[in-house]
Amino acid sequence: MLEWIQENQQIIYIVILMVFVGIEVIGRVPSVLHTPLMSGANAIHGVVIIGAIIVMGKAEADNYLALVLGFLAVILGTLNVVGGFVVTDRMLEMFKKKK
Amino acid sequence: MTAMPEMVSLFNGMGGACAALISIVEFNHLLHDIENGGNAEGHAGKVLIIVLGLIIGSVSFAGSMIAWGKLNGKVKDHSFKGQNILNLIFLAIAIGGAGYLVVNPEHHLVFYGVLTLALVYGVLFVMPIGGADMPVVISLLNSFTGVAAACGGFLYNNKVMLTGGILVGAAGTLLTILMCKAMNRSLLNVLVGSFGGSAATTGGGSTSQGTYKEITLSDAAMVMSYAHKVMIVPGYGLAVAQAQHVCHELEKILEEKGVEVKYAIHPVAGRMPGHMNVLLAEADVSYDKLLEMEHANDEFKTTDVVLVLGANDVVNPAAKSDPASPIYGMPILEVEQAKTTIVNKRSMKPGYAGIENDLFFRPKTSMLFGDAKKVLQDLVAEIKSV
Repeated sequence: MLEWIQENQQIIYIVILMVFVGIEVIGRVPSVLHTPLMSGANAIHGVVIIGAIIVMGKAEADNYLALVLGFLAVILGTLNVVGGFVVTDRMLEMFKKKK
Repeated sequence: MTAMPEMVSLFNGMGGACAALISIVEFNHLLHDIENGGNAEGHAGKVLIIVLGLIIGSVSFAGSMIAWGKLNGKVKDHSFKGQNILNLIFLAIAIGGAGYLVVNPEHHLVFYGVLTLALVYGVLFVMPIGGADMPVVISLLNSFTGVAAACGGFLYNNKVMLTGGILVGAAGTLLTILMCKAMNRSLLNVLVGSFGGSAATTGGGSTSQGTYKEITLSDAAMVMSYAHKVMIVPGYGLAVAQAQHVCHELEKILEEKGVEVKYAIHPVAGRMPGHMNVLLAEADVSYDKLLEMEHANDEFKTTDVVLVLGANDVVNPAAKSDPASPIYGMPILEVEQAKTTIVNKRSMKPGYAGIENDLFFRPKTSMLFGDAKKVLQDLVAEIKSV
């Protein structure tokens, strides 16, 4: 157990720090902005696309199952990132002061 | 713009599906390794992460798709007796299967069984949850996808995925809890107890509380154009009817007549926190006309007319006065302090919470039935001719 903690020290630190950052971020945002915030968070977890890219990159050229699934995953991940940010941007646009 | 919550839900589902697909590919990869003489023992941790990512990702995907359909109005609320127990059984089997896989990763059929169960669970878990609770569910699913992405981060030892995933997971969970607090419910209550069912029994006794009075369009127009201050309380009905632009028109016309117009926004009015702000901002309503709940409650005392547009539970005085009410303790907009209240609703049907609203039977309240957009258009025309 101790060994495992030592090996993964950095990851454990990241997890703990990120939990704090997440809590702090939400705590500072007024409730009116919670919808855009949720949408923004939605876009951020689109980082899952990195995993999709890794999967795709690792797949052997003749492993069609992995290639097809990986391809789908990349597309879905891209949709998540791009769509998430577009939606957030459109929402925030409406909060801007009109000139 | 009303479609925004749907979009969030849809894209969230995409992320969940992406995480689940990664898990599937990685599992096949692992299986391949084991078949080629690798030892299964050292893979336990990896399998655990893969299966976790699979379960969370696919629950998030299936749930988000249902949520998307529900917000679109394509999927109806659906619940049957013992659904909660069935859900728990499904979840327990899925987790049991996951545990089995960690020990015996070579049984790939179990893996697909777990995938199917997780998908079914995702559908069943969102199915019975009603309108007002949808934002909470979407926020929760959002944090699920975050955790699924973090699983990918563990798997590849990728710090960016880990950071992003955990950040969203933590933020999403807290946001979910905050929303629950704004509605004065516990998370468990939202997830397990389908609200409408339990509330209907308590609300049932108070159905025949008396009579409400209706107001005609021209009377409403008259009252509003001779008022000093009008407060508009928008709700879900406004969003459904897409009436935000007409609402802004009404505001402009009243202001031309020298009436002060403000909006009182309850934090959970609409389908998401801040949903009303986004909607009204879309219609060019100036940001400083929107009052948050505490401010609005101070101003109601000096308000002549409150126009409630398709809001119900957020103005229900039972939340303050009736400890037996399921929404007791929820902060509300105290519209009954104003001189008159005009409530626009499509019918006398109760709101999401499934309870009667005592406000409608108060002597100071008059009802104006009809679709919010149509009523507002007619109201604008009437006020113009006053």
